[in-house]
Amino acid sequence: MGRISIASVTKRFATGDSVVTALDDVNLAVQDREIVTLVGASGCGKSTLLNLIAGFETPTLGQVLVDGHSIKGPGPDRGVVFQQTALFPWLSVADNVAFGLSLRANQGKADRAQVVERMLQRTGLSPFRERLPAELSGGMRQRAAIASVLAINPSTLLMDEPFGALDSLTRSIMQDFLLEIWEEQRKTVVLVTHDIDEAIYLADRTAVMTAQPGRICEVIAVDLPRPRRYEMRSEAPFIALRDHVTKIVRAEAIKSSALSAAN
Amino acid sequence: MLKQTTSAGTQLSPAVRATHLRRRASVVVQYAIFPLAVLLVWQICSEIGFVRRNVFPPPSTVLSVWYDLVTGTTDAAARYSGTWFDHALASTWRVFAGFAWGVALGIFVGLVIGLSRTVERVLDPTIQVLRNIPVTAWVPLSLVFFGIGNAPAVFLIGLGAFFPAAINSTHGVRQLNITLYKAAMMMGANERELLSRVILPAALPSILTGARLAMGIAWVLVVVAEILAVRSGLGYLLNDAYLFYRNDVVIAAMLSIGLLGFLSDRLVVLVRNILLTWNRRETFGGEN
Repeated sequence: MGRISIASVTKRFATGDSVVTALDDVNLAVQDREIVTLVGASGCGKSTLLNLIAGFETPTLGQVLVDGHSIKGPGPDRGVVFQQTALFPWLSVADNVAFGLSLRANQGKADRAQVVERMLQRTGLSPFRERLPAELSGGMRQRAAIASVLAINPSTLLMDEPFGALDSLTRSIMQDFLLEIWEEQRKTVVLVTHDIDEAIYLADRTAVMTAQPGRICEVIAVDLPRPRRYEMRSEAPFIALRDHVTKIVRAEAIKSSALSAAN
Repeated sequence: MLKQTTSAGTQLSPAVRATHLRRRASVVVQYAIFPLAVLLVWQICSEIGFVRRNVFPPPSTVLSVWYDLVTGTTDAAARYSGTWFDHALASTWRVFAGFAWGVALGIFVGLVIGLSRTVERVLDPTIQVLRNIPVTAWVPLSLVFFGIGNAPAVFLIGLGAFFPAAINSTHGVRQLNITLYKAAMMMGANERELLSRVILPAALPSILTGARLAMGIAWVLVVVAEILAVRSGLGYLLNDAYLFYRNDVVIAAMLSIGLLGFLSDRLVVLVRNILLTWNRRETFGGEN
């Protein structure tokens, strides 16, 4: 469960008089329980691609299939973690985690209290269960947001620059936290980032995207052993991958800035 | 330093506790000093004959007249003696009746405008134009339409309460963080759940701000309405005392309106505090 297939997907947005092609003939297959990261300079359409999988947008051309079915809209089988943490400011941490399970759509799915308790324990938020989101640090907020998504037990996690707003130390801790969760639950993960280190460190495969129009220019298999360790970042195989990805992303960024300068 | 003394609490040495007490006393003084100074200057101005006592009576006179207005025991307020409760009740009733329909309708219309672009296009231009007509400009027409009595007063107050309630409710819906909406949708929330568990709680603070503004306007309009359209209430008392040159009663009525307005505002704030806590608990229990 959690197989995603993106087949010849084109997405155009009408902005005033002009039409912007955010994605142009994109193909990508994500296997069950695989972590695929989408990396690229800003404006390359990586968030658009994620929104298409989430069901917030529909493709102009082509198809997005999840487990062989075309997507009707957003749904609890695909949990989305947003960059701007989606916690209800009027609910405590525990209530936020319970929110998804209290909806009619998920009624009877699991024992709510038990799941909430487990999620809080797992994310280390038990002592802060009665706190409001505004009273938490950035890292704790994002952990609470991840807990609230995991509580509805989606087969796929879609993450849109989930750690982009965090400082680098917290970010690396959160990356390891995400990998721990993944080792336990083995969900399919599609994660968007502009941080090349993050893209490689987390991924089974990383798709490098280019802008104007948004395309996947290369899908790179990251065959570093799992579980990943922080020290791997300073070892030769990681550095080689990073150099490779950086070269593509940089070349693209320079090309597109020259292009926009020419326009 | 400051934090230490406050948090350490009771087991502090007498010397520290004395400092603590002194600080608290100084806070009380800070609150009281300005109003007391105003009253004092006012009294002195009257005593030395700077202003004539019947033009601008001193606080001591106002207080004794006010006392008679309320109790009817000293006859200091003459023909108005002991009438305070009737007038205060009449005004308060009008304020709350007008507030109730104006705010209820305002919240409803405001929410619907916030939720639907179509309704916004249909209603909003009209509301924006009507909003710029001062409610006092509606007085002649409402007198012609409703005659003298409670009806025009309650109409005017409700009209005045409607606009801030509607506009703030629309604003409350519009300033919803779209990420929260998307997150709830992703988790499987249906339309009803999106409305009751995401949109309304998110809009509630803004809605209650609208209600608070409406309460302020209601007390302004009740005085206008009672001067022009009814023969009871604190506004009527104020105007009637003015015609009989009883400025002490006028001032007592003014201060009564200020006091009741203040209490009404506190009431709205209290309701807000209760509602926002309830909102939190309600979602905690879920709906079954």
